[in-house]
Amino acid sequence: METKLITLNINGRTHQVALKPNVTLLRALRDLGYTDVKNGCEKGDCGACAVLLNGRAVNSCLVLAWQADGAEIITAAGLGTIGRPHPIQEALADSGGIQCGFCIPGIVIAVKALLDRNPHPAEEEIREAISGNLCRCTGYGLIVEGIKGITESAGSKESANL
Amino acid sequence: MTPFKIIGRPVRRFDALSKAVGATIFADDFKMPGMLHGKVLRSPYPSARIVRIDPRRARALPGVVCVLTAADIGYAKMVADIPGQTGQRERPRSETPVLAWDRVRYKGEAVALVAAETEETAEKALELIEVEYEPLPGVFDPLEAMKPGAPVVFEPDNIVARWRICKGDIEAGLAAADRIIENTYRVPFVEHAYIEPESGVAWVDERGVINIRVSTQVMEHFRTVARTIGVPQNRVRIQGAFIGGGFGGKEDIIVEVFLALLAMHTRRPVRLVYTREESILAHSKRHPYIMRYRTGVKLNGRITALQAELIADSGAYPYLSPYVSLYSTVMASGPYRIDNVWVDAVAVATNNPFTSAFRGFGGPQSCFAYERQMDEIARALGMDPLEVRRVNYLRTGDTTATGQVIRSAVLLEESARQALEALGERTPDRGPIKVGRGFASYFQSYGRLMWLHDTSQAWVGLELDGTVVIRCGAPDPGGGQLSSLCQIASEVLGVPMENIVAYTPDTALTPLAGTTTATRQLYMSGNAVLQAATAIRKTLLDRASKYFEEDPEDLDLADGRVFVKRDPDRSMPLADLARICAAEGLPLAHLALFKAPFRDPIDPETGQGDVFPDFTFGTFAVEVAVDTETGQVEVLKSVACHDVGRAINPAAVIGQIQGGSHQGLGYALMENLVVENGEIRTPSLSEYLIPTAVDYPTTQVILLESGTGMGPFGAKGIGEPALTPVAPAVANAVTDAIGVPINELPITPERVLRALGKL
Repeated sequence: METKLITLNINGRTHQVALKPNVTLLRALRDLGYTDVKNGCEKGDCGACAVLLNGRAVNSCLVLAWQADGAEIITAAGLGTIGRPHPIQEALADSGGIQCGFCIPGIVIAVKALLDRNPHPAEEEIREAISGNLCRCTGYGLIVEGIKGITESAGSKESANL
Repeated sequence: MTPFKIIGRPVRRFDALSKAVGATIFADDFKMPGMLHGKVLRSPYPSARIVRIDPRRARALPGVVCVLTAADIGYAKMVADIPGQTGQRERPRSETPVLAWDRVRYKGEAVALVAAETEETAEKALELIEVEYEPLPGVFDPLEAMKPGAPVVFEPDNIVARWRICKGDIEAGLAAADRIIENTYRVPFVEHAYIEPESGVAWVDERGVINIRVSTQVMEHFRTVARTIGVPQNRVRIQGAFIGGGFGGKEDIIVEVFLALLAMHTRRPVRLVYTREESILAHSKRHPYIMRYRTGVKLNGRITALQAELIADSGAYPYLSPYVSLYSTVMASGPYRIDNVWVDAVAVATNNPFTSAFRGFGGPQSCFAYERQMDEIARALGMDPLEVRRVNYLRTGDTTATGQVIRSAVLLEESARQALEALGERTPDRGPIKVGRGFASYFQSYGRLMWLHDTSQAWVGLELDGTVVIRCGAPDPGGGQLSSLCQIASEVLGVPMENIVAYTPDTALTPLAGTTTATRQLYMSGNAVLQAATAIRKTLLDRASKYFEEDPEDLDLADGRVFVKRDPDRSMPLADLARICAAEGLPLAHLALFKAPFRDPIDPETGQGDVFPDFTFGTFAVEVAVDTETGQVEVLKSVACHDVGRAINPAAVIGQIQGGSHQGLGYALMENLVVENGEIRTPSLSEYLIPTAVDYPTTQVILLESGTGMGPFGAKGIGEPALTPVAPAVANAVTDAIGVPINELPITPERVLRALGKL
């Protein structure tokens, strides 16, 4: 298979990489060191590898890297850091809804995509939004509570920051 | 008012934010320079003779660095007995070939290993290894496997383990009964489905020590690895990453030996990461059971005798099946006072996927049977299910079926009352939608079998700036084990949580603390940290008492200061006190070893003796709506009420209970690893379904805190207990809704319709 030089804009950084056509975006991201994008199943069942692709949450294992050529990609680590966490990350950490944490970066992305289009979702909408993200530890309860906490407190803040 | 400063407060776990921002370096996230990629060749047959293995074509492929078959590793076998134990002799027949050479016994058994420059090349190499198999008849049903003439999975027969409990006089007990209730219960294979597949990296360092950085619940596997590959124990180091979920599935050795072998043979770092499909194929499962129960009862509900026969499918190798079977046996009669008990249990080898530890370790299977049985007794006698249980519940001071006296609080009735009350108003039926309610009470051990002579060690040190380091080899699969250790040290030393660091386990750096299994880590390592921190506290207060000219009892530590209790303005920063102590050569670090109670093994003929340090008790209650036209079961509301002894971090405890409840609801209604003729028909998360965020409402949690547990500050364990009562509660609720007993899991629409006679 021939490689092609593509451009991946990830968390504000630009990478030029030569990749074969069968390399998934998940593999490309992890090979570039974006290990916050987790590999849980590689077939779109678990949601652990979710990223924002031009603002839309996608399972990066179901996208070929070539398809992301030139696109803007945001991973959980691109939303916030330990020093400056995103409100979603802060809320999840406070909620007690993080146990093993392997699913959490994907959930952060799914919630970000939800709040971008709907800053005040109902509980059912939150559950629907993360229904593609499997979590085996928490039963989702505290995760959902944590997210409800942000959207409720966001009423007075600028929801654009979410 | 709580006497504690930070114990009992829902603090944010120190690992939470780094996980939320994706900064936690899991086992699969770690790379080494010059790293090779490992792959495992697996048997496509559940039972076959290996005629020939020829790796030459694979070895010739450019980019392949190493191909290993059994012949290259001295036909090594691994002892897959209880991991991490300190005091025990070995169980016979617990050996498992690392790589098969003469025959394969389950589909997915490892046959060869490859290390190559790229993953792609390693995969190609697998295809080039020529293995000629001669398929053999297999046996796929434990009942068939016990029959004379059945194919023998491994010599001399298919009986992996037998256990028996006899207490009292079973015949007299049955004869004294007014009614005898007999039922057979069945539960399926279940997959752990942690979101992180098995993964690790290994390399040989400059000392010649094999380092393995891996996702495991058991650091002590370094000993088994060393023995299996033939190096001294001090030449294997295991570094434990934060684990992306375990639930018992990362208790057995999985990738460790493969990694060690490949690193040793190539002298290069090697990475081995399973795909999801390989994970499901290659690691253990929860045991399917067939459970036959006979219970004798008086018309007033009092149980006079309980007889049970438990048959577990051990799969192709023993692993922990003998012990899982033992747990089921010990807990088979439930948390009830029964004078006459007879339990026969057997674990049987088949050519199915091997079964081993899974949250509850045989307890949930037994609980399904004994709690369904309690409801069947209630139905037969026309009694209220709570009343039947109430007249039989264990109380403090009573003995279990093995004759062990229960010393801690037994809040069974309290938990059942609170759980049922919290369900609130009963939802009415709507046409074909029938609403039912059920509950289940349970007991589940925490801490290991007492004849394993379990210990945990922790090192706690105060630095000169008043911060604290904890070194404790406790793997953290997500329960917040390490964070709870920080909270305990914070309480004792008066140092804020943010000034305490606990390292992830590493056999080179953290004292061995035993396995994160058996709901033992808070109990064992929590006590070890408590001991170590208490020793430092004593040093500090003794020295401070000279400074303040006060008795040590009149001083306290809080907010990073030492102070006089009745005059808190007389105080000193802990950093200053630490420097005074250090200048005088006083010890500011302490290594503690906590020992569980030690006992001899139970009597092999009668099963009598003390088995576990203690038990957790509680009740799960649930309301369901059953669509009698489609068979669909909807969970309307559920409540879990457990006596956790003391909730060190209530947020972590609630999370554990909600998560365990959800796993239990999956076990009850959805999860079924379908195995046909040794082949897994649900080989990925597309077919093997686990609960999502939209399947069940969140379980309401009620915490009881008796303060009577053996853990720090009176804590009991909750990791496994959280799951144990869920499935029988759901089955009782569905039975209540449709009026027909449901005695088999999972309760799929098909099974409901069949029970209703509509299929």
